[in-house]
Amino acid sequence: MDHSFSDEATQKMIKFAAKENMQTVWDRFEAMQPQCGFGQLGLCCRHCSMGPCRIDPFGDGPQVGVCGADADTIAARHLCRMIAAGAAAHSDHGRTVVHTLQMAAEGDSAYKIKDEAKLRAVAEIYGLKTKDRSAKEIALDLVSEAKNEFGRQDGFLKTAGTAPETRIKLWKELNIMPRSIDREVVETMHRTHMGVDAEYRHLINHGMRTSLADGWGGSMVATELQDILYGTPNPLKSSANLGVMDEAKINVIVHGHEPALSDIIAEIATSDEMDKKAKDAGATGINIAGICCTANEILMRRGIPVAGSFLQQELAIMTGVVDMMIVDVQCIMPGLKAVADCFHTELVTTSDKAKIPGVKHIEFHETDAIKTSKEIIEIAIDNYSRRNKESVYLPSEKEPMVAGFTAESVFDFLGGKYRATYRPLNNAIKEGRLRGAAGVIGCSNPNVPYESGHIQMVKELIKNDVLVVVTGCNAISCAKHGLLQPESAFKYAGKGLQEICRTVGIPPVLHMGSCVDNSRILRVLSNIVAEGGLGNDISDLPAAGAAPEWMSEKAVSIGFYFVASGVYTMIGKPLPMMGSKKMFNYLTDEIEAEVGGKWAFEEDPVKAAHKMIRHIDKKRKLLKLKPMVYEQALKVLDQE
Amino acid sequence: MNSIIEVVISRCQGCHTCELECALAHSKSNTLVEALYSSERLYPRIILETDGDDVIPMHCRHCTDAPCITVCPTAAMDRSGPDEPVVLNMDKCIGCNACVMVCPFGIIKAVPQAISLSKCDLCIDRLEEGKIPACAAACPTKAIRFTSVEDITADRRKEVISKFRVSMVQSEALEK
Repeated sequence: MDHSFSDEATQKMIKFAAKENMQTVWDRFEAMQPQCGFGQLGLCCRHCSMGPCRIDPFGDGPQVGVCGADADTIAARHLCRMIAAGAAAHSDHGRTVVHTLQMAAEGDSAYKIKDEAKLRAVAEIYGLKTKDRSAKEIALDLVSEAKNEFGRQDGFLKTAGTAPETRIKLWKELNIMPRSIDREVVETMHRTHMGVDAEYRHLINHGMRTSLADGWGGSMVATELQDILYGTPNPLKSSANLGVMDEAKINVIVHGHEPALSDIIAEIATSDEMDKKAKDAGATGINIAGICCTANEILMRRGIPVAGSFLQQELAIMTGVVDMMIVDVQCIMPGLKAVADCFHTELVTTSDKAKIPGVKHIEFHETDAIKTSKEIIEIAIDNYSRRNKESVYLPSEKEPMVAGFTAESVFDFLGGKYRATYRPLNNAIKEGRLRGAAGVIGCSNPNVPYESGHIQMVKELIKNDVLVVVTGCNAISCAKHGLLQPESAFKYAGKGLQEICRTVGIPPVLHMGSCVDNSRILRVLSNIVAEGGLGNDISDLPAAGAAPEWMSEKAVSIGFYFVASGVYTMIGKPLPMMGSKKMFNYLTDEIEAEVGGKWAFEEDPVKAAHKMIRHIDKKRKLLKLKPMVYEQALKVLDQE
Repeated sequence: MNSIIEVVISRCQGCHTCELECALAHSKSNTLVEALYSSERLYPRIILETDGDDVIPMHCRHCTDAPCITVCPTAAMDRSGPDEPVVLNMDKCIGCNACVMVCPFGIIKAVPQAISLSKCDLCIDRLEEGKIPACAAACPTKAIRFTSVEDITADRRKEVISKFRVSMVQSEALEK
């Protein structure tokens, strides 16, 4: 496995792991080779017990399953179930946030309404009266409306009603306007049950509706209501990589996706009471650091440093300085247990939805937030004395970054605090200083050299004057590689983007949050359309999306809601449906005529970036925009 | 031939992974997706036979005195040395099926829409690169193993010794 693209701390830790004979995700990946070809191609069906069935991709063996389902049906059904699982994960997260907001509104809890302006703005989406009403009253009404989004029986998702009008009209024509969050997931499970929907386009049609119920529903509810509860992020400074951990302090890593516990932990850990207890235990204090999207949530709002991304979860423990790792939901490898067993690290599961065999479980409920948080931190403090100083191997690497951009704050910057508007952004695109914008998001996957996809793609995009917004694990990778610093514009960006960055003082790559915060990108796209001058729909914009190192089912759902919203969406390794050539043609070509967006697969990240740029240029041409002011970087492209 | 494929029937789950990897190993492509979207004709050389609930992966045994070589009229079926795999040169094969009739294991296959026949070549190209045959490398349950006559017989002897050592020792004691 080639690790030369990953950050230096990771490279050191991987060598250390090999020397100490500790197993990592990359070792398990090697052991799993070659991976099942039927699974890879999406040609395996286990939906009923007449099976399991598989289709012979070479054409000599069975071409249909026992029920008669062919490669197209089987691949489409499987992909739809992936969408449903991804949408369910994001949306269940959203549901938790609604309940937390209810507690905050009812009072007498650890949670408060931190951002009243956002509360009022979100209430307007639901047509709630806000004038002369208290935050509590508005919040309780909003909670009731938000709960309805999950189980609505009539009409459509109200959050999806914030999309551009032309888009909503199109969704209704195509019958993919999402109706309610839970319903679309349930209907996917129904349609993909034995003997229901067998037409691949019809299946994908509903798959898109399910994904829209995620992006414009569950994820959007999660983002908006978290902003109300924990505050809408504003640009702030922090740092990322394993070096944010401090050998002299008690290190508590929060890992997973939800901020409900980690936000309180961050609060309690800095209290005088806990600080004193830590000092009594011989440490200089308590250091909280995050991994995965829990990290992004508390980074965006509190500036808490990030220890690492998805593929660094085991490496963090291997440093020997992690006194406790608290995990909630999603992207938590059960393999953490084996690593934690080699060290003093106390691994704790906290969600009522997620346990790991043999791992301490302290169930967290919002009603006991402070009590549980204190209990957890006290265990970490006690555990500090068990740290074996001789087994510590902590790389010092960490990179400074600016994070905390949102659909609101990015453009406070661009338009000025008192005249927040998207006009300067739209103008920069029209004038040809900015080529367009790209969202590069998502996981890392051991099937790609770690960070080779993300970093090469992002650098190629900004070199060609494409403003990049990032979320999730790619945001962490970009932070570790120094791309989230304003100065990086002058190292890597094209001249046009450099001019924007210099004028406004932003990095060329903007951290927009966690993976539910991809809904912020949908908001930004809608706002750009609303600002005017760049077409009437998201599909008219010179924009593209990408997840070069994707891994999870959530990424499949995200990809589909971007495609269904009109965005050209590029991933590295293809979706697991390549065994159906009809599906391949549909998703990467024919679907564009329906929704304006389409999928693209390209494993070479630089070539992938070029394909995205070509798409952006195609849109610029259709909009009859001015030629780019500076064309230097793309010379190479023309020769291809 | 000293290097041989050993099959442990009880371990085979019938997942067909060996078939996919066999077809891929004999294609010009590096990945399954690439192979599938190329114009190449892809098919496995390995054959999965069933017997009741059992699935039995079947390969060419690369017989030391190979009847298929003896009967081949065009010398398409040949080996480059006494301890080398039996390989069918598909350019020379005229599809007369003489080898099919004499093969004791029934592993020589017809190729759809082609003159030439086809058979397992023990992944001779992979062996030259120092790799083991694709089916053995791919098998997730290690039902297909690439081993040698020495190793297999040594293993058998060890198994027998561990089982019967006590009785051997006891019978010696009785004799005394």
